Amino acid sequence: MLPLLQVAAAPVGGAALHWAPYVILLPLLGFLANGALALWAPQAKRAVSIIGPGVLIAAFAVAIAIVKAVHDTGLVVPEITTLWNWMPVGSLQVTFSTQVDQLSAVMLLVVTGVGSLIHIYSVGYMRADDGYARFFAYLNLFVAVMLVLVLGASMPVMFIGWEGVGLCSYLLIGFWFSDKANADAGKKAFLVNRIGDVGFLLAMFITWHALGTLDFGQITALAPSRFAMNGAVVTAITLFLVLGCVGKSAQIPLYTWLPDAMAGPTPVSALIHAATMVTAGVYLVARTNALFALAPFSSTVLAGIGAGTALFAATIGLRQYDIKKVLAYSTVSQLGYMFLAVGTGAYVAGIFHLATHAFFKALLFLGAGSVIHAMHHAYHATHSHADAQDMRNMGGLARKLPWTAALMGIATLAIAGVPPFAGFFSKDEILAAAFARGAEEPAFYVFWAFGILAALCTAVYMARLMAMTFFGENRTGPREREHLHEAPWTMTGPLLVLGVLSIVGGALNLPALVGGHLGLAHWLAPVVAPGAQYRGVEELHGSAEYILLSVAVAVAIVGLFLGWRMVTATEIVPADQAPPERGIASLLYHKYYIDEIYDALVVGPLVWFSERILWKDIDQGLIDGAAVNGSWKLARAFGWLGSQLQTGQVGVYLVLFLVGVLYVLHTVVR
Amino acid sequence: MAPSLLGPSLAVSAVLFCIGVAGVLIRRNAIMLFLCIELMLNAVNLAFVALSQLHGLDGQVIVFFVMTVAAAEAAVGLAIILAVFRHSESVDLKNINLLQG
Repeated sequence: MLPLLQVAAAPVGGAALHWAPYVILLPLLGFLANGALALWAPQAKRAVSIIGPGVLIAAFAVAIAIVKAVHDTGLVVPEITTLWNWMPVGSLQVTFSTQVDQLSAVMLLVVTGVGSLIHIYSVGYMRADDGYARFFAYLNLFVAVMLVLVLGASMPVMFIGWEGVGLCSYLLIGFWFSDKANADAGKKAFLVNRIGDVGFLLAMFITWHALGTLDFGQITALAPSRFAMNGAVVTAITLFLVLGCVGKSAQIPLYTWLPDAMAGPTPVSALIHAATMVTAGVYLVARTNALFALAPFSSTVLAGIGAGTALFAATIGLRQYDIKKVLAYSTVSQLGYMFLAVGTGAYVAGIFHLATHAFFKALLFLGAGSVIHAMHHAYHATHSHADAQDMRNMGGLARKLPWTAALMGIATLAIAGVPPFAGFFSKDEILAAAFARGAEEPAFYVFWAFGILAALCTAVYMARLMAMTFFGENRTGPREREHLHEAPWTMTGPLLVLGVLSIVGGALNLPALVGGHLGLAHWLAPVVAPGAQYRGVEELHGSAEYILLSVAVAVAIVGLFLGWRMVTATEIVPADQAPPERGIASLLYHKYYIDEIYDALVVGPLVWFSERILWKDIDQGLIDGAAVNGSWKLARAFGWLGSQLQTGQVGVYLVLFLVGVLYVLHTVVR
Repeated sequence: MAPSLLGPSLAVSAVLFCIGVAGVLIRRNAIMLFLCIELMLNAVNLAFVALSQLHGLDGQVIVFFVMTVAAAEAAVGLAIILAVFRHSESVDLKNINLLQG
């Protein structure tokens, strides 16, 4: 608590640079306190309501102090704070160190800032839940490990956070574990993430083998002299990192876990599966930009994956009816944009979009949470079993939840890319960078086209979501309609803050075109300098920039209009009376059957192999049959042989005895 | 006893012992078996006595011990045979195989 008092009392100097461990410690203490309450006093909800969001707000205050110190001291070299020697093994010396620089500063603010808002929101959202204390314990733990991920000064320390957020994600997806579907979704997320983690681990091994260090600072310093441009080793490292990022950040082909992760409580979807954890991959690429800059092939692969995912997921979002599923595919799609950015070499644009996306996507999820909250209460009051998340059961909610509707409207404009909302600037920057790189690598023109199409789809599905949820006739049901009402202030308050951020978030990095001075770009310059040296961002000049800008705006507006028409032109029937989808709509509704294909190609054979070969043949046949039962059968066989000598006939014994005596005499007397 | 009798004495001892062994192996009657064991013991006694002229009196002392033990063994052995006979109405070893594995 000491640093908090100092924050309040004194002007902050460079000392705050070393406060990074306290930012981690605060939520960790919150976890311990809430965990203890969850175990021994689960009904002490008032204490939990104070501790849970309290530690986050405190951490946010410390984070502000740190960022201010980074700003005041004009930090060029990352500030390392070593806590203890973790793995001193021969030439492998891993210390538990935190690293403060401009990049981790941005992430610090996003994680603790958005985290605080979502914690406050959760107070209202989860109030009635029996697992209230447990929920906040997990949420605090998540923030703590996410901060370890962000602040870790070396790959292994970052990996603690990397695994930790995976664990918390698992715990929170399966928060209502008594429902098997939720528990299964948690398992799926955990296992799919594991595939990516293997990639990260392998990248770490190769890095250590090649460079003899795992510290990010040293990697950045050594990489240019040790690795040839496009060399095999650096390409291998970066490709394995890409695998890690693809798993954690839900990109093709490992994205399937994220939509299922919506089984968790909505604040979790907002915090973990939209704003923070899933952006870890983008952060990792930006952190190791010195490596990616030396491996253009990997960068292109990354950009391709990102562009492909952006379009692919956006098209699925077009035809989902579960409000959270739409947002989940939207998240996958927006993460694709971020990967397109960092793959292009526009690391700043990637982080910029990460930040603005955190604002508007958290807002969208929390708004959806308010809607679900209202719907759930309405159905609960009338004991109806209709789906509280299906948009076909909503409609006309703007009259009942005016604040939520207005704020989600803002977020919709932001994500669709309508100026001057936050998403417009960040998305435009990414598309411009991709287009500019097309001059060197023509593939990027295709990626850009994917991005534009994805932007169109984004505008369409968001307009569709808004129109289906908030406008038109209400389809909730005549009795339920009376019970719909706006959420308490603890829920609308954070929405309001996020709404403001979604409007002005673009100011972080206003382009020169509209009189801005690229604040974030200057801020991050020391961090992305090594990357920029080898894979700089080409600038677009003059008319090209204006044309791209106009295309982006036109696409957004056309998309919004199309999405609106899609809903208003047809009559929507409630979910339980809806006819089955046909044609392309069916393909999209079933998410291209990707889950089914994975089940058939990967899960099915794996289960078959595990059951038929590993269980029935190896375990039951070889181990149980041959090894365990075989040994007792062998022992019994020898015993049977020996027992055959035991005839009970004294004569036989005597003969044997004589033979024995003669043998002994023969050997002793010679 | 003249030294020249040592060889024949040991030979007789050996022959007696072998007869005893053969009897033990061949005969089925418990009483006969028992007598053959006695024969073997006494064959050994004869060997001890014969050899005591080369090695001092130790052999003769041992013979007394053997005779004592043999007397005790005869008492126990006959008692067992009697018990077996009462149990199974026979002293034929063929019929006595309760310890079969």
